[in-house]
Amino acid sequence: MRKMMRVGMAMLAVALAATACGSSKSTSASSTTAAGSAAAGTGVKCSGIKIGYLGALSGENGQLGQNMVDGANIAIDEWNAANKDCQITLVKSDSQGDPKQATPLADTIVQDKSIVALLGPGFSGETKATMPKFEEAGLPIISPSATNAQLQNNGWKSFHRILANDDKQAPAVSALIKSKGAKKVGVVDDASEYGKGLADGVRKDLGALKVADDQIDPKASDYSAAVNKMKAAGVDYVFYGGYYAEAAKLVKQLRGAGVTATFVSGDGALDQKFVDNAGKDGEGALLTATGAPPNVNPEFQKKFNDRYKKDPTLYAPESYDIVKIYSDALSAGKQDRKSILEFLGTYDKPGVTKQIKFDSKGEVAGDSVYSYVVQGGKIGGQGIIK
Amino acid sequence: MDWTNFVNTFGDNTRDGLALGSIYALIALGYTLVYGVLRLINFANSEVFMLGTFGSFVGLWVLDVPQIGQEKTGMALLLTLAFCILLSMAFSGGSAVVVELVAYRPLRRRNAPRLVFLISAIGASFALSEAVGAFGAKKRDTYALPEILNTNKRLFSIGGTNILLRHFVVVTAALILMVGLNTFVNRTRLGRGMRAVAQDAETARIMGVNVDQVISLTFLIGGLMAGGAAFLYILYLPTTRYNVGFLLGIKSFTAAVLGGIGNIRGALLGGLVLGLVEKYGAGLFGGKWLDVIAFIVLVAVLMFRPTGLLGESLGRTRV
Repeated sequence: MRKMMRVGMAMLAVALAATACGSSKSTSASSTTAAGSAAAGTGVKCSGIKIGYLGALSGENGQLGQNMVDGANIAIDEWNAANKDCQITLVKSDSQGDPKQATPLADTIVQDKSIVALLGPGFSGETKATMPKFEEAGLPIISPSATNAQLQNNGWKSFHRILANDDKQAPAVSALIKSKGAKKVGVVDDASEYGKGLADGVRKDLGALKVADDQIDPKASDYSAAVNKMKAAGVDYVFYGGYYAEAAKLVKQLRGAGVTATFVSGDGALDQKFVDNAGKDGEGALLTATGAPPNVNPEFQKKFNDRYKKDPTLYAPESYDIVKIYSDALSAGKQDRKSILEFLGTYDKPGVTKQIKFDSKGEVAGDSVYSYVVQGGKIGGQGIIK
Repeated sequence: MDWTNFVNTFGDNTRDGLALGSIYALIALGYTLVYGVLRLINFANSEVFMLGTFGSFVGLWVLDVPQIGQEKTGMALLLTLAFCILLSMAFSGGSAVVVELVAYRPLRRRNAPRLVFLISAIGASFALSEAVGAFGAKKRDTYALPEILNTNKRLFSIGGTNILLRHFVVVTAALILMVGLNTFVNRTRLGRGMRAVAQDAETARIMGVNVDQVISLTFLIGGLMAGGAAFLYILYLPTTRYNVGFLLGIKSFTAAVLGGIGNIRGALLGGLVLGLVEKYGAGLFGGKWLDVIAFIVLVAVLMFRPTGLLGESLGRTRV
């Protein structure tokens, strides 16, 4: 009798936990409706497994992180619908993209043993700051967006990323600028891990084409010293290494000072908010990204469109792929940090963005960089840079 | 060192340094006035400025300013600008008075030690900025403002340097506000009250000055100046966000110390010098050295003139 009560209590607790999960994720309404249809399927059994997310959800560049969560939520719900006995949740930690804020959040993630894998960290700076903690805990890491070209050289076993790094992006940026027939190029960066890294690569590849360079303080708003330098050098192209919020201010100030040079920036500026904030001054800006364009996979594009009523945003396809990789790990019976990490080393399957296979440093195979242009208040994909 | 760039950008950097310096100077007044009267660094002044920028933003939103490319002209434009500057000043002035009532007055009543005021000031500053970041419509994101007038219009040119409308408006308006304030403090009865409290609050009270009223007034005027600065800032760089005041506040406080804290003319001089030094430093050594140069100059000046360029004259001079 007593034993039966205990079983009953345990079942009650599981049921409560399941409802708690359901209610805490009000955005994923489809998970409850789709769950019924898959009840007959051969689901994987597990309990209380969570996937962590660490990155910006608010703050200056929070939209990029929101894109990641949007993409990931589709894959999470697909898994939950197909595996009734193994409901997983995405635990979101908002770092505001700031390494200082990310570090304590990383401690919390590491201590929560039910978090078996991480989507993120989002930006390169916070990745560099938090990786030592994750490495020590042996938590599997796949970043959908940290592209700094030094991150893979730290000997971290748990670090992976699903897109080409800035070493691949910088030559592509230079190739793009050269292909447009640029004569004098100015290079500006925001002194961040990502921005300076990318800009330094571009500086090197441009060689003598680069006639002026400068650095701005992203915390300030007045960039006139850099703007005046570009103006005095008479540049016809300006490359900016940094994120969209500052990119929009910089391009406005360049135009305000009468600099008509074509504005070029990397994936950090590839966001509709760059276009919205820059207004008419953003028109004609060229952007690049190792992240895939919205139409990279028509099937995913449709899923995303059905759910969010818009085309896939930057890093959403990559984040979807990452959760799919973790799903495959769960299917293969890998349900703890150690075995999932081992599983990543052997992974070789097509995702929506590319064939996914990690090398020993955690870099994904292949090096496609895409170019985009701002036209009529929208960002349009222009295909892979040759 | 990049002398070629320094020479080539000298004119443009002078112009931009003066414009930014004027904004520093206006914000610096808030620090300087309160210090003059209370010997207190009101760190919340940077957030008072931040709220002022949102005042202009709310003004534009209320008036439903049309899309870019259909800017207003003539009377409609003037009314829009007047409405925005009033709202900015109301937001800033109002919040400055509230900060004084909530964060400082209760402490003053209890004769709290100076350190407590400092903590209270820093607390008020964080509370305001984080509140806007957490509860604002766009949270911590940048608010980009529609352009209400073409501030990039070229007015005239001095030695090859184009003076655009925004530079002209910012510098002129800042000067008018400063001269107005200087006259107010030195010529009016209320100004005399402020100077009296600055010299010796106890004696002023015995002589019949309502000290609490004067202190409120001081915060109000500092806030109004920050509101003016906020409006000009919005015209100059039409974006704002919850922490826009942080760096500007530190720079303006620096400007106040550089010119001599407590000294109204010192705030103007300090602001302009700091703006110029920053731009020249960035032109000569590159943008990454901007803050380094600015603070080296500050330390150097304070080494030779510990009370700032014009001295800590407080309210007590030029009676």
